[in-house]
Amino acid sequence: MSSYSFRLYVTGETTLSREAEANLRALCKNRLVDDYEIEIVDILERSALAEEEQIVATPTIMRLAPLPRLRVIGDLSDHERAARAFGLPGPAIRDEGRG
Amino acid sequence: MRDKSGGVTKISTGIDGFDLIALGGLPANRMTLVAGTTGSGKTLFGLEFLMKGILQFDEPGVFVTFEESPSDLRKVMTAFDYDIDGKEESGEWTFIDATLTSSPQDVVVGDYDLGALIARIGAAVQSIGAKRVVLDSTGSLFSRFADTGHVRFELFRLAAALREQGTTSVLTMEIAGERNAFSRFGVEEFVADNVVVLRNILEEAKRRRTIEILKFRGAPHRTGEWLFTIVASEGFIVIPVSLLGTKELASSTRVSTGNTEVDRMCGGGFYRDSAIIVSGPTGVGKTLMAIQFIAAGVAQGECCVLFSFEESRDQLIRNAASWGFDLPMMERSGNLRIACEYPEMASLEDHFVSMKQVIEEYQPVRLAVDNLSALERVATARGLRDFIIGMTSFVKHQEITSLFTSTTRTLMGASSITEAHISAITDTIVVMRYAELAGEIRRAITLLKMRGSSHDTRVREFSIDGEGIHVGMAFGQSIGILGLAGGGESVI
Repeated sequence: MSSYSFRLYVTGETTLSREAEANLRALCKNRLVDDYEIEIVDILERSALAEEEQIVATPTIMRLAPLPRLRVIGDLSDHERAARAFGLPGPAIRDEGRG
Repeated sequence: MRDKSGGVTKISTGIDGFDLIALGGLPANRMTLVAGTTGSGKTLFGLEFLMKGILQFDEPGVFVTFEESPSDLRKVMTAFDYDIDGKEESGEWTFIDATLTSSPQDVVVGDYDLGALIARIGAAVQSIGAKRVVLDSTGSLFSRFADTGHVRFELFRLAAALREQGTTSVLTMEIAGERNAFSRFGVEEFVADNVVVLRNILEEAKRRRTIEILKFRGAPHRTGEWLFTIVASEGFIVIPVSLLGTKELASSTRVSTGNTEVDRMCGGGFYRDSAIIVSGPTGVGKTLMAIQFIAAGVAQGECCVLFSFEESRDQLIRNAASWGFDLPMMERSGNLRIACEYPEMASLEDHFVSMKQVIEEYQPVRLAVDNLSALERVATARGLRDFIIGMTSFVKHQEITSLFTSTTRTLMGASSITEAHISAITDTIVVMRYAELAGEIRRAITLLKMRGSSHDTRVREFSIDGEGIHVGMAFGQSIGILGLAGGGESVI
């Protein structure tokens, strides 16, 4: 089982959805190597899951593990800030984000 | 339920009185912004819009809450005697919890939209076949997401999605206290072609709740502020005072005033379904007129209601007994209902509603209210006028003969503030006054106005004894009891 687990909530195939997924994957790969899992939830198909967590904005990314759970809203275009928000370790290589 | 006027279809809200001022209800398949200050009743308006939709029109609803938790709202609904749990179980009502309280503070990194919210609402609407949606209160979205322009755009998208799904929606928003600051976030221009404003105003140290429709794009509605009240058993009630009396019937049947001599003065009695005001200074005999009138009804087996705002029940019964009327016995006969209330116990609107409840429950043939002037203590001038117009119109609508007493401020002459408001819509004004004649205080009575009737226009003397009122001769000399003309030897 991985140390880090994320769930990305999106609403369909939008630019924001794609950006968020790409940024999250890049961020994890760079900082967590392969010690992470990402689950993607499309609210258009699984609205009950959004209901459970009272998700209002998309993209919303939840850090499920390690506890405590954390939530970040946005496409994570600023990798440095996103990493801080998720409490990720320093990068293996310099981030490519706008940060 | 659906009423087409001016090209825009309206749907009845079911909210008591609101549909009258909205000329049918809210514009169908559109979003209406309901803006109001804190505690102005926005949330309740939304809750009732949904619940009445289910109860009266079989239209399921989705309630999206941003501030109060669903469990708090369920408590509110239960307090108003609505079976919210039952409606949720039957799948007619769905809450969408968009409150922030139970979720951790979100950090925002980069761009986002409110697609999740729109998708959740869309899914809920579809799953229960909702026709009505309420979003309460969207102001908190603006405090949660800093970019107001962005939120506005998202609400616009939401409005479009709701329209596409064929729902009629209410979006509530908190506004600052200033009178015209309803566009704090500029939402109405983007989202709602229809704007309703609720106000909770402190005026002359008295609180008034009003509702006003600012605009219904392309659809007619009544203008101006209307009083409304919120009562435990009935919820949100708009009092559309001057609209209640539109269907007035004019009966030519006479009913006894309870006094054969007064009957004679009136040309055979009061008209059935008319509103009578009895004006006079303290102690001149107004309450006696009221009791006489009620007793005459009870004697004929008519159901009668007497509201007393001036005297306690015991006082009233004692006074009546001194004139030979046994009120407790009349009550036991089942034809009389006495309701004594202190004006200060409730707001004017609440008095209106509780009186309306009693009247609807007992469906009296005769009604007496003693004394309207006592209500001046809990009302502003405008509030009292609305109350009086509303009450008289309401009872006329029910074909009730109603008698209201009103106390003049001075012992002689001069009408009271109350009469100025009521005279235009009353059919008959009985004027009772003290008059000074040859160094003696006498009692005088006359009829100031009586709907299309040949009646006695003279000023007559009257006296009161253990059997009630005795109308005597007309005063011979010129005597001006109304304080209008400075004639004769009348006014002190």
